[in-house]
Order: sequence, then C-alpha cells, then structure tokens
Amino acid sequence: MNEYYVLLIPILPLASFVLSGIFGRKYLKEFSGTIGTVALLASAILSLLVAKHYFFDTEKVNGAYQSIVLMNHTWLSFTPNISIQIGALLDPISVMMLVVVTFVSLMVHIFSLEYMKGEERFATYYAFLGLFTFSMLGLVLSSNIFQIYMSWELVGVSSFLLIGYYFEKPSAVAAAKKAFIVTRFADLGFLIGILILSFHAETLDFKLLIAKLVDTHSPEYLSITTGSFLGVSALTWGLCLIFMGGAGKSAMFPLHIWLPDAMEGPTPVSALIHAATMVVAGVFLVARLFPLFSNDEIALHLVGYVGIISSMFAAIIACTQTDIKRVLAFSTMSQIGYMMFSLSMAKYGGENGLGYLASMFHLFTHAFFKSLMFLGAGVIIHFVHNNDMSAMGGLRKYLPVTNITFLIGCLAISGIPPFAGFFSKEEILTACSHENKTIYWLALLTSGLTAFYMFRLYFSIFWNKEAHIHGHHYEAGWAMKLPLILLAILSIGAGLVPFGQFVTSDGLVLPTHVDLAFSALPVSLALIGIAIAWILYKDENSKSTSIATSLGGLYTIIYNKFYFDELYIFITKKIIFNLIGQPAAWIDRNIIDGTVNLTATVTASISESIKGIQSGKLQQYLLYFFGGVAALALFFIYLIK
Amino acid sequence: MNLSLFIILPIVTCLAILFATAKEQGKWIALFGSSVQLILTIILFLQYNSLPASTAPAFQFDAVWYPAWNIHYHVGVDGISIAMMLLTAFVVVAGVLVSWSQETLSKEFFFLLILLSAGAYGFFISLDIFTLFFFLEVAVLPKFLLIGIWGSGRKEYSAMKLALMLMAGSGLVFVGLTGIYFQSSGAHSFDMLVLSQSHLPVKAQMIYFPFAFVGFGIFTALFPFHTWVPDGHSSAPTAGSMFLAGISMKLGGYGCLRVATYLMPEGAHYYAPYIIALATIAIIYGAFATMMQKDLKYINAYSSVSHCGFVLLGIGMLTKTSITGAVMQMVSHGLMTALFFAVIGMVYGRTHTRLVEKMGGLLKVMPFISTIFVLVGLCSLGLPGLSGFVAEMTVFVGSWQNPDAYYRIATILSCASIVVTAVYILRATGRTIMGPINTEHLILTDATWTEKTASILLLVGILAIGTAPFWLTNLIAPVSNDIIQHLAR
Repeated sequence: MNEYYVLLIPILPLASFVLSGIFGRKYLKEFSGTIGTVALLASAILSLLVAKHYFFDTEKVNGAYQSIVLMNHTWLSFTPNISIQIGALLDPISVMMLVVVTFVSLMVHIFSLEYMKGEERFATYYAFLGLFTFSMLGLVLSSNIFQIYMSWELVGVSSFLLIGYYFEKPSAVAAAKKAFIVTRFADLGFLIGILILSFHAETLDFKLLIAKLVDTHSPEYLSITTGSFLGVSALTWGLCLIFMGGAGKSAMFPLHIWLPDAMEGPTPVSALIHAATMVVAGVFLVARLFPLFSNDEIALHLVGYVGIISSMFAAIIACTQTDIKRVLAFSTMSQIGYMMFSLSMAKYGGENGLGYLASMFHLFTHAFFKSLMFLGAGVIIHFVHNNDMSAMGGLRKYLPVTNITFLIGCLAISGIPPFAGFFSKEEILTACSHENKTIYWLALLTSGLTAFYMFRLYFSIFWNKEAHIHGHHYEAGWAMKLPLILLAILSIGAGLVPFGQFVTSDGLVLPTHVDLAFSALPVSLALIGIAIAWILYKDENSKSTSIATSLGGLYTIIYNKFYFDELYIFITKKIIFNLIGQPAAWIDRNIIDGTVNLTATVTASISESIKGIQSGKLQQYLLYFFGGVAALALFFIYLIK
Repeated sequence: MNLSLFIILPIVTCLAILFATAKEQGKWIALFGSSVQLILTIILFLQYNSLPASTAPAFQFDAVWYPAWNIHYHVGVDGISIAMMLLTAFVVVAGVLVSWSQETLSKEFFFLLILLSAGAYGFFISLDIFTLFFFLEVAVLPKFLLIGIWGSGRKEYSAMKLALMLMAGSGLVFVGLTGIYFQSSGAHSFDMLVLSQSHLPVKAQMIYFPFAFVGFGIFTALFPFHTWVPDGHSSAPTAGSMFLAGISMKLGGYGCLRVATYLMPEGAHYYAPYIIALATIAIIYGAFATMMQKDLKYINAYSSVSHCGFVLLGIGMLTKTSITGAVMQMVSHGLMTALFFAVIGMVYGRTHTRLVEKMGGLLKVMPFISTIFVLVGLCSLGLPGLSGFVAEMTVFVGSWQNPDAYYRIATILSCASIVVTAVYILRATGRTIMGPINTEHLILTDATWTEKTASILLLVGILAIGTAPFWLTNLIAPVSNDIIQHLAR
C-alpha cells in the first residue's frame, strides 16, 4: 500500500510558500494567488483521496480503523530513546482534519483572489497562507509530540504574520503581538508537559507514549504516577500543562484575550485560522492524547470545566458586542468550549466514547459554518467598509447571496434541524445528559444564547434599518461567491455524514441517532433565542438599547469583556515591566556594572595617589634609598636581637 | 588535512592586506582569504565526516614549541571544534562583506579582522592548553583596537572596559592553566590528551576549577561578569560586534567545556549547582533586562547574555544531551547574533539611529533588510525551522534528564525565558519593522549586494541547522558522549 502521496498534501502549500515568499514580491506578483490556489486544490483533492482510501479501502482490524505511520524519519535525536521523528500519522481524526483544513484553506485561497486583489503585498499574503496551511497540516499529521509542538509554534507564527498583515496599523501590530505572546505563554506549559511525559515514558512518539502510559502495569506508568508534587502525580501535571498549551491556542478562558483582537487580520484569514483550523488545535491535541486524558480524572475535569466556562463566558459577551467580527470571534470561542467539554464527557471506547465522537463531529461541522460566516462577513465589510453593526442594516437587498448563505450559517450554529450544527450539537448534549447534569443545563442555556446573538447579528446586518448605500451596488464576483455557496451546501449537508461510522474514540463504529423527544428542548430553546432576536432587532427600534440601559453597570461590564484585557495589561505593564523588568535593567546598569566601574575607579585612584613615587627625580630616589636603609637598620637592631 | 593551514592562511591574508598598494585591494584580499578559509573548513568537515568513528582528535600534529616548559604546538580537531570552526568561517566572511563600505583606515580594519580570526581558528584547533591560551590572547587584543578606532559612542570607555574585563578573564584562566600544569602527575604537561589521562588531585580541582571556569565564563557573559557585553557591543563597529558575539563569546564557552570541565571532572561536579544558578540567573535576568532596552544593539547584547546562559546551563547540567545542546547553542547563537548585529548595522547605516522609538514601518522601504530582521528575531525566540529552536530544545531536554528537583526548577525557569524572549523580540520588531513609518525614512534604500550576500550566507547556516539538525548533532553528540563518559570515570 503506497500512501506516500499523503506527504504531498503538506508539501504543496509549503512549495507555494517558498515560491511566493522568495519570488513573489518581484516576479510572480498577482500570479502567486493562482499558484497558491492550484497547490491547495491539489492538496484538497489528495486529501479526499486519502480519506476515501483510509475509510473505505483500508482493511480494518477487528472492525476498528488502524493508525498508520508513514515515513518515520529521525530528525533530531536527544537521547537514544527520546528523539523527534518526523512522520505522518493517519488515523480517523487526522484524516478528517486533513479534509477540513485543505478544504477550508482552498475556499479561503479562492475567496482571497478577489478579496485581496490590488493589495501591495498580495504575494506575501499568499506566501503566509501557504506557510500556515503547511504548518497546520503538519500539526494534524504529527506522529510525534515534539513534531506537533513544532507545528504548533509554526501555526502560531503564521497567525502572527497574518494578523499583522496590515503592518502599518498600530492596532494590527499590537493584536499580532498579543496573540503570539499569550499563546507562547500557554506553550510554555505545553513544553514542560512534554518534558515531564517524555522523561518518564522515554519516548516522544504518540503511539508508544500512549501505549506505555495507558498500561497501568508498565514500569513507565508506575514511574510517572509514584511520587507527587502538591499532591498531584507527574502524569496529571504533564497532562494539565499540555492542556494549558491547548487552551492557549484554542482561546479558552482565561487565555482567550488574544482571539477578539486577532480580528485585525484580513477577514479571510480570520475564517481560516481563527475560526476553522488553528483555534481547534487545542481540541485536536486533547483528542490526540485522549486515551491518556480519559484515564486521568483531574485532567479531564479541568478540560471540562474550562470548556463550559469558556463557552458560557463567550456567549454572554457575544450578546453585547457590535463589531461583527468580534461577535463571530466570541462565538468561535464559545463553540470550541463545546468541543472541549464534550471531550471531557467521554471515556475511551464503546458507548462511553460518545462525547469524543460528538466533539470531533462538532469540530467538523463548525469548520464549515463558521468559515462561511466569516467569509460572509468579509463580503459585508468589503461592501460597507466598516466592521460595526451600527453602520449596517437592510443589506439583504444588496447582498442576496451573502444574505442566504449567512442565514444558513446562523441556522446551522443555532442548532436548527436539518442544518449541520443541529446534529453535532445534539450528540454533545446527549453525551452531557448522560454524564454530568450541571454541564448539560449550562450547555443548553448557552445554545439558547447562541441562537440569540447569532440572529441579533443577522437581523442587524440584513434587516433592521434601511441601508443608505451610495455608489456601487456590486455584491461580489464568483471568486467570492463560490466559496460561500460551497460552504453553505456543506453547512446544510455535513450533519448528514454518518460520523459514528468514521471517527470514534477507539476506531470502532458507534451508531448515532437523533431522538426527537430529546431534541425538542434544545431546538425550542434555540427558537426562543431567535424569536427574541426577531423582536428586538428585526426592525429598527429602541427596545434593545432600553434593555441595555436597564441592565446598567452589568451591561457595561459584559460589554467590556469583564475587564480581562485591563487585568492583563495591569499584570504585564504594572507588575512585570515595572516591578521586574525595570529593576533588572536598573540593577544591571547601576549595581553590577557600578561595581565594575567602582573597581576601575578605585584602582585608578590608588595608582593616582602612589604614582608620585615614580617621579624620576634622582634626589627623591636617593632619599627613599637612605630612608629604606635606615628603616631596615632600625628593624634589625631593635626588633631582631 | 594539515590543520596549520587554518592559522597560516589568515596570517598570509593579513600580510597581503598590509602590503596591498591600493586601499580598495584590502577588502578584496580579505574577502578572498576568508572565502578560501570557509571552503577549507567545509572540506575539513567533509573529510572528518568520512573518517571512521573515533574519540581521538583527528588530523593531529605535534611539535615541541618551548621544551623547557614542555609546551607543544599540538593541534587536532574533533566534532565540537569543527562545529566551532564552521561557525567562525561563516561569521568571518559575513563580517568582511558587511564592512564593505568601511572607508577610514580600511586596510588596518580588515587586517585586524583577519588577525582576530587567526586567533579564533588557532584556539579551536589547539590541543595544548598553553597554545590555546596564546591564541585566546591573539583573539582578544585586536578587539580593543577595533572598538577604540572604528567604534562609535563612548568608544574609548567601552574598548577599555572590554579589554580590561577580558584580560581579567584571561588572568584567571592563566592561573587555572598553571594550576593544572603544576598539579598534573608525572611530567608536567599542557597537553589536553595527556592531562585527561592523568588524574588531577581532587583538592587541586576544587581550587583551580573556579579560576578556569570563571575566567572563560567572563568571555561568554557569565553573570555577574557580563557587563562588558552591552557596552562593548554598542560601541563596536558592525563587524566588530559580529565577531565579538559570534566568535569571541564562543571562545569562552568552548574553554569552559574543553578546559575547565573536561580536565577537572570532580571540580565540575562539585561546582555544577553554582554554575546552574548563575546560568539560570543570566537567562532570566538577561531576558528581563533586554525587555527594557531601547537601543537595538543593547537589545541584542542583553539577549546574548540571556542566550549564552543556555550554553553555561547546558554545560552545568552535565548530561550528554545538555552538552550537545550547549555546543549547538554556541553555533546557533553565533550565527544568529552575528546576523542580528549585521542587520542592526544595516539599519543604523541608513537611519542613523539605533533607538527603537525613532523607527517604524521599515518594511515599507527596506523589505529585504526587514525580512532578515524578522527571521533572525524569530530565530532568537526559538521558532522551529531556525537554529535557535533545536539548540534550546536540546538543552532543555538534556537538562530535564537530571531528575533532581533543584535542576528541574532551574530548567523550568530557563524554559520560561522563551516567553520573555518573545516579548522583547516582538516589541522590537513591532516598533521598528512594523507600525507607521517615520516620514524621514521614506527615502531610504534596501540592502546592497554585499549586505545581501552576507545575510544570505548566515541565513543559510541558520536554516541548515534549523531544518536539518541531524548533521550537526551527528557531529557533536559522539564527542559530548565521550566527554560525559570521561566525567563519569
């Protein structure tokens, strides 16, 4: 079986990056877009082939999908056992992610052909997209935990470069820095987690690592669980720290602060990186190490509670934001929270693995409808030249295609049947209702809020007040419409994929079914949310503002995102800069270097004071000589008898 | 290959520069000589790789130099010295190229640059520690003149400070060397191979290890003897800074490993916790101090203090992997920081300022220089694919192999510096390369061909390590394995 063409999937975008990066600015220019798009088209087709091959043609063992490792090349060897192997690991989740990443990336490449047209750094933009896609595919395919860490850093830096694409805008630069530094801080946890696990398991390879640490009788397992630090075993510490990395990348509370600001980047970038692919890397990481997480109660609880808190928190904030991209950003954070707590509702294998399946299913459907909405937002922003809802309204007449596709996206995320989000959310809620009632009720409440804020957004953009659009009435060309339409089709159809046939915690088939009686509650909650949004925002009225005013201080707190940005600024500026950085720099210049200079000064002044002795005057020297003779004479006469 | 070529060739180049008739000839001769040297070093590397594996130094040559004291001119190379020579060769060619527009006393300038490189090569190939010390001094003195004559700012002060502190370091080293010499059993010897066989009394090691280690440590910015670094760098001409950070600071790290640690194993084990403490302080404290700097050269100088801390940390951790990592960090940091100083020099040559707040949006007018700036910044903050990442990770993983809690805490603190590094690198990049452009800078031009060649040369080195680190680890790891086995005896 030759599956080496899998390796071409990440290599093609890399080639596009290298070509456009080196030759783009001077020679290729506009042509870079075509190169990138063609490369991605090839990658997407190859991914589909791989998926077909993997899911349908490869023989299962005992009914379960096997994980296949291709090309395990030693890249950097630390110790005889611990080394970074570069390879490609094919298993249900990585194959699913291959399809999602290449497809969404392809859509964004096509969309950008028109959206970014005329930009001075058009080629650079495509180079960065290629770099990002390469890194993300590398992340997905990683067979080694250090390989995933490397790809992790690379997606981080691509995200930095793309957020800071409009580099002359100070706000974009600040947002790019913030995104990188916050995730870097989280990655510190990831790195230490890797060090802990690899030290005890003596391997960095995913398959071996999991095999060794799942077996409760293996010496590695005993070594990592005996002894504890602060009452928690090394295994739990390792997993929690690794999850810290995941939480940073996936913008989970309290490391979420970078995601809303990241919207400074070009909108198609937000669709690709900050909605569909990079931000779900944290979920993917937990899923990748799921056999370990599912064995560790504390780590799994941490994942669950961080997930549900982020989900609620973001949904509440999303209800008050007015920048359409920020609303979408918070909704992304909220939906990723769903995926996280859904994972924590699962155990490894069998019926109990429903939460795992549901999480991956939601990741799959969310990628389509969220990138659809971001691209839709791109069309809207292109049209109105403004990000703020208040500048919009009544756009349905001008943007018919966007209107319909955006509506489909909103219905999908709200969980209205038969749209994609309904099916995946249903599985998540089912898993929760079996496992943890508190989380179940909170999740239900959040799904009602989701429907409300999404339709608040929808009505404010496309209905509400009449638009006053002057000049051109041109929605968009095919390059921008086609991705919208394709993604809309998937937002309707993706839920019908029998996901349990393909992606489950143990590779065995887990049939899923929709229970009408169970669905009634979440769907009616979603409908209530939509209805409230309809009342408040469909027509221009002052109801919403009067509600906001009546909430008073509470509204202000939520609108300001619970002042988390201010808190972080306080910590970095006031504490780290003023209390650590400034003193360190001051001590260095004044105390340490001061001592060095003092030594020099003292030496100089001593020599200054004694240099008079070397006067060169013969009489003086003669005086010293006789003085010395006299002193010695006295010394010998009186002291030594 | 005859290793003496590596000393003879730079000296011949130096003489040729002195006898050059036209001013213009000096730089061409320097470029030619250093390029030949680079090719020779690559050939040496390839030849060494094709030799059968052995722990003994290759291509040895031994001649008595001063019989009364049993001083030999004994040279030989192994994986670590070849790695350091490759670094030197790259930095020298790049340093000559970026100094292309040097107008004042240009012959003398290139003469000193090449002389300095002769000292560095001699240092890395010496197996006799007296000869090694001799070449160490050859590599120090030109620096005083380079800064004092071609420097900027408070150049006399900086030149004096640097020379005095490095001389103090040399003094300590010399005490250590003579201690080793007189305490060695049997016939007194300076020969490393002989010394490593004869066991130095433990008491003597306890006394002389700190001398040798701190002495060499001053060269590699051992806390708290690092203050020459910021002043020296900020006043030095671009090539001077490149040589200083890219080569001179590595002489110290190499000496700490080869002379102090290798020849005095018990001393190394005894003092390791102190070394680790100082290294960790340097890493963290250097990083925080960098965060507050406003001058690009100070930023890179302080970040060098932090990055060289990894070298000392790796040595102090005394595991095979951490020592491999320390050597990789020396090579990586040498290339990276040389490139960083080169870029800073290019920016300064155009904007006539090194203050971060006076710049902004340079990407708009100098895309090439800005791209290199960003790449080298990313290398410094440890981006995978560039050399900094592999070196730092090797040090971290190697350090973690020490299960003791004290070592673990030091490792975690050192790891934490990757966040601080990201902060200062992105701050510097955000303020100079990105952001709104200073309108006075709109007329500036991008890099010249020599500057481009120099940058690409160093970048190739960085990428070669970053994307395919195995060739470097294969070169270093057998030697560090040998060192660890020697230390365990």
